[in-house]
Amino acid sequence: MPILELKDVTQEFGGLRALNAVNLTVEEKQIFGIIGPNGAGKTTLFNIITGIYVPTQGELLFKNEIINKTPPYTVARMGIARTFQNIRLFNKLSVLDNVKVGSHGVTRAGVFGNMLGLPASRREEKELTEKAQLLLHLVGLYEKRWEYADSLAYGEQRRLEIARALALNPTLLLLDEPAAGMNSSEKVDLMELIHKIRDDKNLTILLVEHDMNLVMNICEQIAVLEYGKKIAEGPPEIVKNNKKVIRSYLGVEA
Amino acid sequence: MFWEQLLNGLTLGSTYALIALGYTMVYGIIQLINFAHGEIYMFGAFVGLFLVSVAGVNIFIALLGAMAFCMVLGMLVEKVAYRPLRGKSTRLSALISAIGVSIFLSTLMALIRGTNTTRYPEVMQIHTYNLGLIEISSLQLIILLVSAFLMVGLQMMVQRTTIGKAMRACSQDLEASYLMGINVNRVISFTFAIGSALAAAGGVMVGLYYNAVWPYMGMMAGLKAFAAAVLGGIGSIPGAMIGGVTLGVLEIFGVAYLSSSYKDAIAFAVLILVLIIRPQGIMGQKISKKV
Amino acid sequence: MDSFLAQYIDPYYLRILVLIGINLILALGLNIITGVTGQLSMGHAGFMSIGAYTSAILSMQFGYPYFLSLLAGALMAALFGFLIGIPTLRLEGDYLAMVTIGFAEIIKVFFLNFEPGGKAVGLSGIPQNTTFVIVWVIVLIVIILNARLLRTRMGRAFYAIRENEIAAESCGINTTRLKVLAFTIGSFLGGLGGGLYAHYMYFIRPQDFAFMKSIELLNMVVLGGMGSIPGTILGTTILTLAPEMLRVVAEYRLLFYGALLVILMIFRPNGLLGDIRIYDIKKRFRKKEVETCRS
Repeated sequence: MPILELKDVTQEFGGLRALNAVNLTVEEKQIFGIIGPNGAGKTTLFNIITGIYVPTQGELLFKNEIINKTPPYTVARMGIARTFQNIRLFNKLSVLDNVKVGSHGVTRAGVFGNMLGLPASRREEKELTEKAQLLLHLVGLYEKRWEYADSLAYGEQRRLEIARALALNPTLLLLDEPAAGMNSSEKVDLMELIHKIRDDKNLTILLVEHDMNLVMNICEQIAVLEYGKKIAEGPPEIVKNNKKVIRSYLGVEA
Repeated sequence: MFWEQLLNGLTLGSTYALIALGYTMVYGIIQLINFAHGEIYMFGAFVGLFLVSVAGVNIFIALLGAMAFCMVLGMLVEKVAYRPLRGKSTRLSALISAIGVSIFLSTLMALIRGTNTTRYPEVMQIHTYNLGLIEISSLQLIILLVSAFLMVGLQMMVQRTTIGKAMRACSQDLEASYLMGINVNRVISFTFAIGSALAAAGGVMVGLYYNAVWPYMGMMAGLKAFAAAVLGGIGSIPGAMIGGVTLGVLEIFGVAYLSSSYKDAIAFAVLILVLIIRPQGIMGQKISKKV
Repeated sequence: MDSFLAQYIDPYYLRILVLIGINLILALGLNIITGVTGQLSMGHAGFMSIGAYTSAILSMQFGYPYFLSLLAGALMAALFGFLIGIPTLRLEGDYLAMVTIGFAEIIKVFFLNFEPGGKAVGLSGIPQNTTFVIVWVIVLIVIILNARLLRTRMGRAFYAIRENEIAAESCGINTTRLKVLAFTIGSFLGGLGGGLYAHYMYFIRPQDFAFMKSIELLNMVVLGGMGSIPGTILGTTILTLAPEMLRVVAEYRLLFYGALLVILMIFRPNGLLGDIRIYDIKKRFRKKEVETCRS
């Protein structure tokens, strides 16, 4: 059953067409990769899915519901969580609080509950702390939970973003270049982590990545974008040998 | 009546525009609301007064003298109160520093001159010319011509000269400009100098026009000029001119046709309405969210 | 109680302590808007004046009991905060600052022309019900509720908006709604402070709530350290005391005040306490424990 469907999605900025009639179907529990050269429209695609941009044309379906004009916070509450290519953490909050904020969309306590310390609010806060600690264990940042987010190393910040996204209990997780800036051993850890969270949390993962090795290794289905158009799609071994893809990446006639 | 009010509005508006230019240029480059800018304008008015009444020079020489003095003052303020904060603080800290300078300068002038209003001396014979529809006084004519001259000059400088190009580059991206070899500190210093000179010119002319200067005149004028800059779209030079003139005209019409007791509220009410309808101001460009 | 205190404390000091308390309530309100949620408001005195006039008129002309008129003043300010917040909080940064300045100026001009408020002359003869004890009891309540709010879900969301709006949205935070909420809470405290002020001063006029008052409050929040409750307390105390301490330099007082702001910002650009929150202190203790274990 498809969890996310894009039908003829087009996005224009002024005269620039960033995405051109893209069709995409992501099945549940899949690890789906999107690759393509710089400026191909990969991040734009993420921004459309998460509601930051409203597509100029086309239809966007999440669990068979149209989410074209759904604002970002509602998309998040529906179960789509994401990380950002240019890391966007809450720098002057602790690592633990970053993860706790991630749960905002799935918790309920209001201002009065918080101020008066009502039982429901206290209980929720306690659960929240425990859940956040578990997630920090999962990404290996538990020891650093009291640090400011901006004092973490680059790779750690990327993992914190994943933990924060997971705090939303998503059914679909979007990872925007999760391996960028990581060294090879960190990348191996990351691959393990991605597999682990998919299996443990039972979720679907859509990722944009430049690192071919990583994409080919963990993705079950890959779509290739070039200049806003989808030029190929399929399992890794098929995409790898696609002529258009090779041309796009190596710039030679194959 | 209508045409006369329009003329009064244009005269007042062009002085707002002169002050607004300083706000908008500084904001365009370092995203700082330079709250001390109103006080620079006030200093300009007083230096002009001093030159006319004590030194006894011609009013145009006094105008140039006030502009030169404020250039130095503006650069000094930037160097002492803003530069040490640059790069290591939030914008809000710089704003508080600017507020500190503003309080300091207005108090300083109050200590020197007392808090009372001082009148400008009779510096020239005021003629009135009849132009059919309207009568224009020589003073209004001077204000309009000098303002127009300064604004055209500024626009030429920003568009045609090297330093103007550097200013535009810095307002696009300060860091990239620095990496491209632009002496960013000098450009910022220069921007403060130009903005302050324009404010000083505004101060002298307002002093002449309303025949009154006082140490706390910078506060309200500064707020309104900042409102004008925002109205036009902050960071945009033509925007500041249009915003200033629009605000001046609206204010005079509001006083003439509505009520004078709401004078100070008119400018702000217009501003709020415009921003609600068009959040980026009249000339400002909508910046799409970068993700 | 106050007369009891007055036997031991000089009335002059008692008065300063009351003023610190009132400023604290005002500044803590502004802290939620500007310090925590990051929405620059430069018109907090406008909300203060709404609270002051509403409560003063209610108790003088309609015979409302003191606490009821305080509450009504605070609610009225909150209502205005809410109504103004809805259309304007879409605006970013300095545009919002300008709108808040404009709003406060319009309110001031309104009261300058407001017949029941005595126009420019102001209102006098407001019952002096505000006492040292009442102010400080309210301050304590405000601090406790504030601290609880800021370390739990909604407070964290406010901080998240300040730190990164787009990321906050991606966590399911309705940033527009929460900004309006922060603005409303802050305005409520502004109105409350205004009501207390009116019933302490006996006499209010529109100029008491001019732009300079808003700036003074903003200074208190930024000086101590944005978003930190201890910072706001420290900043408010220093800046309420400073003019009193500077009385020795008489007319040079404001000159020093201005210079002080510049110097403090140059040496402590992120405020005196930076962004110190409870867990920073906890963290420090934790580190010590670890070190002693190792050694």
